[in-house]
Amino acid sequence: MLELRKDIFADERDDNLKEIGKGTQRQDMLGHVTGTSTYFDDHKLQGMLHLKIVRSTHSHARLRRIDTTDAERSPGVRRIIRGADVPRNLNTLLSLINFGIDDEPTLAVDKVRYTGEPIVAVVADSPREAYEAMAKIRIDYEALPTVFDVEEALKPGAPVVNETYPKNTFTYYDKYDHQKLRFGDVERGFGEADHVLEQRYQMSPIEHAPTETNGSIAAPDTNGRYVVYTSTQALFFSVDTCAKILDVPSNTFHFIGGTVGGGFGGKVDTITEPLAILGAMLTGRPVRYMLGREEEMQYGPPRGAERIYIKDGVMRDGRVVARKVRAYFDSGAYTRLSSYAAVKCAAHLPGPYTIPNVYGDVYCVFTNRTPATAMRGFGVTAMDFAIECQMDKLANLVGMDPMEFRILNAYRDGDMKAHRREAKNTALIECVQVAAEKAKWPLRDEFRRASSRKDGGGSRAAIPPPPRDADAQRVAASQQRTTYDRAPAAAVREAPAASQPSPPPPPRPQAPSHGATRFSSVFGTRRR
Amino acid sequence: MTKHRGRGIASINYPIGMNLGGDPSQALVHSNPSGKFTVSLSSIDLGQGMKSVTRQICAETLGVPVEDVYVDTADSDTGPHCMGSFASRATHRVGNAVMAAAKEARGVMMEAAAEELEVNAADLETDGRGNIHIKGAPHRSISTKDVAIAAQFKQGKTISGRGIFLVPLSDVDPETGEMSPATCYAHACLVAEVEVDDETGEVAMVRMDSAYELGRALNPRLVEQQLVGGAWMGVSHALYETTEPYYPDSSHGPRDFVEYLMPGPGDICPHDIAVLERPAADGPFGAKGPGEMCANPALPAVANAIFNAVGVRIDELPITPEKVLRAIKAQGGARSQPRR
Repeated sequence: MLELRKDIFADERDDNLKEIGKGTQRQDMLGHVTGTSTYFDDHKLQGMLHLKIVRSTHSHARLRRIDTTDAERSPGVRRIIRGADVPRNLNTLLSLINFGIDDEPTLAVDKVRYTGEPIVAVVADSPREAYEAMAKIRIDYEALPTVFDVEEALKPGAPVVNETYPKNTFTYYDKYDHQKLRFGDVERGFGEADHVLEQRYQMSPIEHAPTETNGSIAAPDTNGRYVVYTSTQALFFSVDTCAKILDVPSNTFHFIGGTVGGGFGGKVDTITEPLAILGAMLTGRPVRYMLGREEEMQYGPPRGAERIYIKDGVMRDGRVVARKVRAYFDSGAYTRLSSYAAVKCAAHLPGPYTIPNVYGDVYCVFTNRTPATAMRGFGVTAMDFAIECQMDKLANLVGMDPMEFRILNAYRDGDMKAHRREAKNTALIECVQVAAEKAKWPLRDEFRRASSRKDGGGSRAAIPPPPRDADAQRVAASQQRTTYDRAPAAAVREAPAASQPSPPPPPRPQAPSHGATRFSSVFGTRRR
Repeated sequence: MTKHRGRGIASINYPIGMNLGGDPSQALVHSNPSGKFTVSLSSIDLGQGMKSVTRQICAETLGVPVEDVYVDTADSDTGPHCMGSFASRATHRVGNAVMAAAKEARGVMMEAAAEELEVNAADLETDGRGNIHIKGAPHRSISTKDVAIAAQFKQGKTISGRGIFLVPLSDVDPETGEMSPATCYAHACLVAEVEVDDETGEVAMVRMDSAYELGRALNPRLVEQQLVGGAWMGVSHALYETTEPYYPDSSHGPRDFVEYLMPGPGDICPHDIAVLERPAADGPFGAKGPGEMCANPALPAVANAIFNAVGVRIDELPITPEKVLRAIKAQGGARSQPRR
């Protein structure tokens, strides 16, 4: 049941609209409910071939020899595609916005880095004939040591997953192995806090589970062009990725999509289009490449698992005064989009609360598993799980109602956020109040009267002074050694340190130099 | 065997659009000679209703009935550039682009109507039912169809518009993380009530109550389908799903929906939702975007409710019966917290 609370923030809205705000039936409803909407796989083209992938059976191995001789002679086989057939067999998705280094082949050549990595593509008249040919392909592997745990992967001597990033972490700003967030002085905050609580949170990798699995059909068109029916979530991302990998101008392709059977982030990676088009180029026939359910679940990219450590300082009256976070994104064997999520995660700290001292280190780590990708809430879902479980524990620790505890710490209009921008248009407090009302959860008067539009700004708008350099170094050195106490909700009482005079602010860091690796808004321009 | 009930809450916010901006979308709007409009996009409708929301935005901006607008999308030959449907960006980014294109088209339409009615375009208004009339004089009117015919065959005007929306790219300070990640944020708070069986460790959902603040519910029914479905995706993430049950060990991965657990019809519970609207300064009619964030509060709310029910904290997902049971045993039995 959905209730529109028009009474709240009514003075900020014009509700005299004709069409907006109406529950008009969807334009595509009739097609969807009668099963007549056209999806990519509804294009059954004459002479269409089927492409299937031979995948690695090892999580990390050198490829000694790939023998496709028997498979090439197998009935119905039109073409065997190897890494050498791919014009530009190395890419990273966000190279289109000038972020990151090409690190992933379309078909593995010397080495495989995860179980299920594509090695050979078989194009045949029927799926059955493709599978029969796949069984005749012999691959000699030389197994290599593997690493699956994000913290193990960062230790000296850990197996190198992806040679593009020899330290098993994505490189930020050409110099750091993580994304930083620094605001105020967390160590001073912990010193002043009545309670300090550090906890560890571990997410699980999950599947997008769309009804329609990833796939595409590519067909030669007239005048040297190719038409591509696709389930992509990002049409021009896919067009430009294919143009790069296949080394042709982007207007070689006519992509058609837009009606998709569920995405949730799992159809951003342009997994099938490059090989379907290459298959069409090499055979002159339409080629269909669609993931089966097992492929979608295990080798299509999942939501990666994050591991998060949070250390908070809280006062007896419930104010959170310091939050320190160390987070690891398990990117799997290649970057895909996890590098971007780590930055988004850092921007999200410390959650929707005004906390005067915040410290974050977010790592994008490579391991020998299926590359992770975007999924609903990318970069934020895991951090929200950790922060909100932590907030519940803190409320419990100081003996406060968890709803009132959140209202007390909620950000309000005019507050300074940890990424150094003023909070505007906030509404956390009102959401908590309305949810409490709906759940018949009693709040005390002062919390019922609280407002996102009141009591923000002022001293809460200030950027707090950073720690002195010596403190910062001590913090950096101890950060890696932090041990985690598994005892649930264990509160560690630390003696308050004498407050220190505020040091002068350091000179502002220089802006990134022109051409440094960073996001670019110029989509489609590869390098500037 | 005892079943213990508990309630947990979580409150969250969520940034709208690609982090750091720099993610443009374009739209084209044009009328055919009968005054029926087509919106050309390359954005994707994943089933969430992107086509319908942009159609309503276009109709409202043009001032014509929604039936007179059709959204054609995702053809790279005819649709102008869009980054894609992800990052909760379609409603906000594409919606703004459609609004800009519709404004331009409306400008031409009003000029053409003014010429037919021999008045100043500034004195005209649309009635949203397919007519343009002089302000305060509804009887002096012309239908959008007649305007389109006149524009096409008599005046030689194209009733069309181009729109783009771009949040400028933000730099990131490598040392402090100073950045402009997003221009607006949606908000939510969710209360989950669960029942935990202390003999089996099983967690059953009893009910959910929530409040979501979305800037503007452009189509409340589409909002409802997102919020209901999204909350269940969050519950499923909290209690059921994993592609690697022994993570970080990668063995025993599920291969189909028999092995990959998700809640079924027998597992769902009532969910009572309130929607708040605090318009975003740069949102189309103030809209932010409900897409991703609706799943997020469910995960921690469920974990916190389990603690309230039996006194155990499970900080590793998914919260399986095995983990709950082991934790209950480790603390020597269920320890219900004060009922809230």
